[in-house]
Amino acid sequence: MKERAELSRRRFLARTLGATSALALSGCDALSQTEWFPKVLGTGEQLTEAVQHLIASRRAMAQEFTEADLSPTFRSNGTAMPASPEYAALAAGGFDAYRLEVGGLVKRPVSLSLSELRALPSRTQITRHDCVEGWSAIGKWKGARLAALLEAAQPKTQARFVVFHCADPMESDGTSPYYESIDMEDAFHPQTILAYELNDRTLPIPNGAPLRLRVERQLGYKHAKYVMRIELVESFKRIRGGKGGYWEDQGYEWWAGI
Amino acid sequence: MSSSSSAQSANASAVSGSQLYCRHAVGVRVMHWINVAALTVLLMSGLNIFSAHPALYWGKSSYTGSGPVFQITARETDGQVIGMARAFGREYVTTGALGAGSGPGGHVVERTFPSWLTLPGNRWLAMARRWHFFFAWVFVINGLCYLAYSIASRHLGRDLAPTAADWRSIGRSVLDHLRFRHPSGEAAKQYNVLQKLAYLGVIFVLLPLVALTGLAMSPWLDSIFPGWVDAFGGRQSARTLHFIVAWLLVAFVFIHVFEVIASGFWNHMRSMITGRYRVNLEVVDERAR
Repeated sequence: MKERAELSRRRFLARTLGATSALALSGCDALSQTEWFPKVLGTGEQLTEAVQHLIASRRAMAQEFTEADLSPTFRSNGTAMPASPEYAALAAGGFDAYRLEVGGLVKRPVSLSLSELRALPSRTQITRHDCVEGWSAIGKWKGARLAALLEAAQPKTQARFVVFHCADPMESDGTSPYYESIDMEDAFHPQTILAYELNDRTLPIPNGAPLRLRVERQLGYKHAKYVMRIELVESFKRIRGGKGGYWEDQGYEWWAGI
Repeated sequence: MSSSSSAQSANASAVSGSQLYCRHAVGVRVMHWINVAALTVLLMSGLNIFSAHPALYWGKSSYTGSGPVFQITARETDGQVIGMARAFGREYVTTGALGAGSGPGGHVVERTFPSWLTLPGNRWLAMARRWHFFFAWVFVINGLCYLAYSIASRHLGRDLAPTAADWRSIGRSVLDHLRFRHPSGEAAKQYNVLQKLAYLGVIFVLLPLVALTGLAMSPWLDSIFPGWVDAFGGRQSARTLHFIVAWLLVAFVFIHVFEVIASGFWNHMRSMITGRYRVNLEVVDERAR
């Protein structure tokens, strides 16, 4: 009698265990679909950002590599050729007509051609590009220091973020151009450049010609390609999805240090 | 040592032939189950993250001139999706397990891992990362609490550190394990030497290694001290090691659960939930006195 009671109790426990794990599995997927639970999980990333800023200085330099470490070809990911007639016309003219517009919360909006960008203080660096998907590639970049450009435009005191508006539409109907944003500390970091050269050659179109952002120490999606316009803002809440970037609006973290 | 005939006689000593004692302190029990939950989520969300780029490399980058050391992929021939795993230049058909598996409606579709093994079940990198990094904090904080507790309470020194006698008994312990022989009586109250070494290996080698190789993948943390990631052979090597160590932990869990089942599943489960563990004591034969 006692043995039977023991057995049925064990069977009950075993079934409970099985049902719990099945429930847990579907429950986790249901939780992912809710409005509130991803926000709870998001607190983990806020903690990550705070701790990373605490233990690695905002001015710390990303690792730099040697020519021997260069990837034979630098992988192009996402857009390889922006599907817009305006961009196609620019590319056909060798980007001679290209002008980078810098506006928003600046005292002196500027507009620069590629040769004017090349005349700005530059930096050359061999760095590792880490995609959120998991792969890495090492490339040699040369570009104008964003700090020099911003100093020329003179940000107003309330400017907190630098937004990069790009030429590549992310929707097949030609809408939703790529965009990204970084904060002022990253913008003034010495390794943050607007690259116009990759591996000692003019930046190729699949890698973001004529100008792409390099914001080392963050994941690949922060490194906006095909940069057309730079806007300084106090908040990116009112821009597009309000999360500060194309992938951020799709649920990826704005802070991409991990 | 114990005489079985006396154990069956209904005298006082037979009644006290087994004893319940508190095997696991409440702190250890709570932290054990938190760790089970955290590692489960980390593994499953990690496999979802891996699905975004199901290839492993050795070196500082993925594109060094030599290809991946391991890759899960799929190929379509005559409308049939075939899952494949490639390792060190060899190729294996793994449909149903890796590369391709049954999708909605029972059709075979491209899928790195079966959906029941990943969190979320469908490929969803952004959400998998949220789960992974949240539970990484749970895992790390829980692990640090466990370390502090184990040192302060002397759990580490008393229960886990092998004694001189332990080291001498390694050979016998190996044989005991191979014969599925488990200690009884007072000896069952202590971890055996292989068990101690397995736990210490997990606590001080595998778990710190999985955390460090995870941190090595963070481009921001790489800048704390440029070059520290090269200690693992570079970022992509660190990613590969992260993956390997995760599976070593899975292997440990399989052995751990197997041993739990083999040496008294319900007794062990009770002791990890309520703390109470039953040991059969040597029975003193009253008549022999």
